[in-house]
Amino acid sequence: MTFQLAWIDYLVMIIYFAFVLGIGWALKKFMKGANAFLEAGRSMPAWVAGLAFISTNLGALEVMGMAGSGAKYGMLTTHFYWVGAIPAMVFLALFMMPFYYGSKARSVPEYLKLRYDEKTRGLNAILFAVMTVLSSGISMYALAILMEKVLGWNFHISLILSAVIVLAYTYLGGLSSAIYNEVLQFFIIVIGLLPVVFLSLHHVGGWSGLKESLGNVATSNGFAPDAYTSMWKYTGTATGNPLGVEWYGILAGLGFVLSFGYWCTNFLIVQRAMAAESTVAARNTPLIGAIPKMFVPFLIIVPGMVALALMNDPSANFALPKNEAGQPIYDYTIIALLKQYLPAGVLGLGITALLASFMSGMAGNISAFNTVWTYDIYQSYIRPASNDKEADEKHYLKVGRLATIFGVLVSIAAAYLASMFGNIMDFLQTIFSMINAPLFAVIFLGMFWKRATGHAAFTGLLAGFLIALLHHGLTAPAGANTLVKGGWITVLHVYPVEMAQNFWTAIFAFSTSAIITVVLSLLTPKVKTDEELVGLVYSLTPKLKEENVPWYKRSSSLAILVILLVIILTILFW
Amino acid sequence: MGLDIKYPIGLMFTLMGIILTIYGLATMSDVTMYQKSFNININLWSGIGMLIFGLIMLALVKKKKKEE
Repeated sequence: MTFQLAWIDYLVMIIYFAFVLGIGWALKKFMKGANAFLEAGRSMPAWVAGLAFISTNLGALEVMGMAGSGAKYGMLTTHFYWVGAIPAMVFLALFMMPFYYGSKARSVPEYLKLRYDEKTRGLNAILFAVMTVLSSGISMYALAILMEKVLGWNFHISLILSAVIVLAYTYLGGLSSAIYNEVLQFFIIVIGLLPVVFLSLHHVGGWSGLKESLGNVATSNGFAPDAYTSMWKYTGTATGNPLGVEWYGILAGLGFVLSFGYWCTNFLIVQRAMAAESTVAARNTPLIGAIPKMFVPFLIIVPGMVALALMNDPSANFALPKNEAGQPIYDYTIIALLKQYLPAGVLGLGITALLASFMSGMAGNISAFNTVWTYDIYQSYIRPASNDKEADEKHYLKVGRLATIFGVLVSIAAAYLASMFGNIMDFLQTIFSMINAPLFAVIFLGMFWKRATGHAAFTGLLAGFLIALLHHGLTAPAGANTLVKGGWITVLHVYPVEMAQNFWTAIFAFSTSAIITVVLSLLTPKVKTDEELVGLVYSLTPKLKEENVPWYKRSSSLAILVILLVIILTILFW
Repeated sequence: MGLDIKYPIGLMFTLMGIILTIYGLATMSDVTMYQKSFNININLWSGIGMLIFGLIMLALVKKKKKEE
């Protein structure tokens, strides 16, 4: 599958990258200290932080993966949004942001240091730092391979070029530059994909036409006619719906452990809200992000569903590229649709949207990495803060900038490792993502239970992580042919789908971590006094007053709006 | 942080909008090119849409400046 791009397509692409670099350049003069560079000076309006919040998550792997899932599971893919994201985002906003932001912590690991102790922070910081450069490397590799396969560009040049662009704008403008560019990326992704959404729906005769075509596909696959266009209707049994999971599996697995672990503890995302200009803005950030987030399915999943209808319609002359085993490569769904419908001009816009989503993933990782490196590793273990605040700001700015270069270099190395040992990198990424569930247990207990202690949290975090590893080593999804998917110790249990395995890994990790933290907290003495925990623990912190804020800017009104909208969407697509 | 992000967003989409609108107009008679998109001149419509979006963003920037 290759594209012939015309001059107009390149022109659109060049304009976009000129603006990306221009934003970095324009912000350069504001980068006077580490605070401006690594925390964006805590000056972002809520809507900017909110769009950046959602844009960081709207990386290319998400766009391509979710369109592919749309082509596999149909409307059930929206569970990843309306169940798997929105509730956790509302919870983060209302209950956790006041502590993340109000504690003046500059990162999630630093919150752990303030709430618990140094070793808990250290463990989290190191795991997080490794994970971010790994993710950024994998995303860089995926981008380069895509450009090679689709645009016919040289792999090495694509890799280096994308790394240089990301480096340039994060080096110049730090977190502010990453955030502003994420907002720009958000709009280019939405606007760049709209023509495909419109044309693909036009092709199948709108939503009702799509329902009809997918009805035939569903019956031929042994499902009820509206199985691909319903969210909950057929989740009474696992075999009745294309996803293969029952309603309680969806609610507990996606809706609780996995999504709360991801949205509420991942510094990559939380960092955007921490950069907001005030406590109220920080609280509103995830809520403002939630509104576009719930409509992303119409942009990505619906075209994927059209692809499913087209694949089963011989007259449409549409097919996904196949792998060696003859299976369609679902990740290429969105690209195949771009090729199918877009003439030169908007095609360049669509490709630019994809490139933008890759960059947003990389830059997000790099800007989170340099903060954790500078504050949680360098400042804690290598050169502590001195009495001279001004000199410190300058010194840590320099370190932050060097960390940015270092992060990009390690990412490039990781990208090459991924090109040689793809499986090992996937494996490492799976392993490091296992830290989320235990981390959520520890942070949750820390915020809502003042008795939780540092020794307990550290042990809980470590034990949860090890249990997750053990579970992954002892179980495998059905049909797994590599040890990357699990079962690398021995296979004791086989899960029907990979998602079920992920879900149970997270459940075990979360429960182990929570139980150990609770039990050990009761057995170890409370080290931090109540005064030290003010601003860090719910029961000891004065409630946030919102009386002076107009009602439409209050987190409570926004949260009600978000929840109402999700309920309406769920009923509409039941 | 000193920079109103609406300004570069408005500028970029206005510029891209103008380019796509002109390109759409210039390729109006190219039937084979728009066969893919069911004879809809998708460049023209996208261009106009982006131009409107870009101009709204720029207008918001101007309004904010006036208020200050």
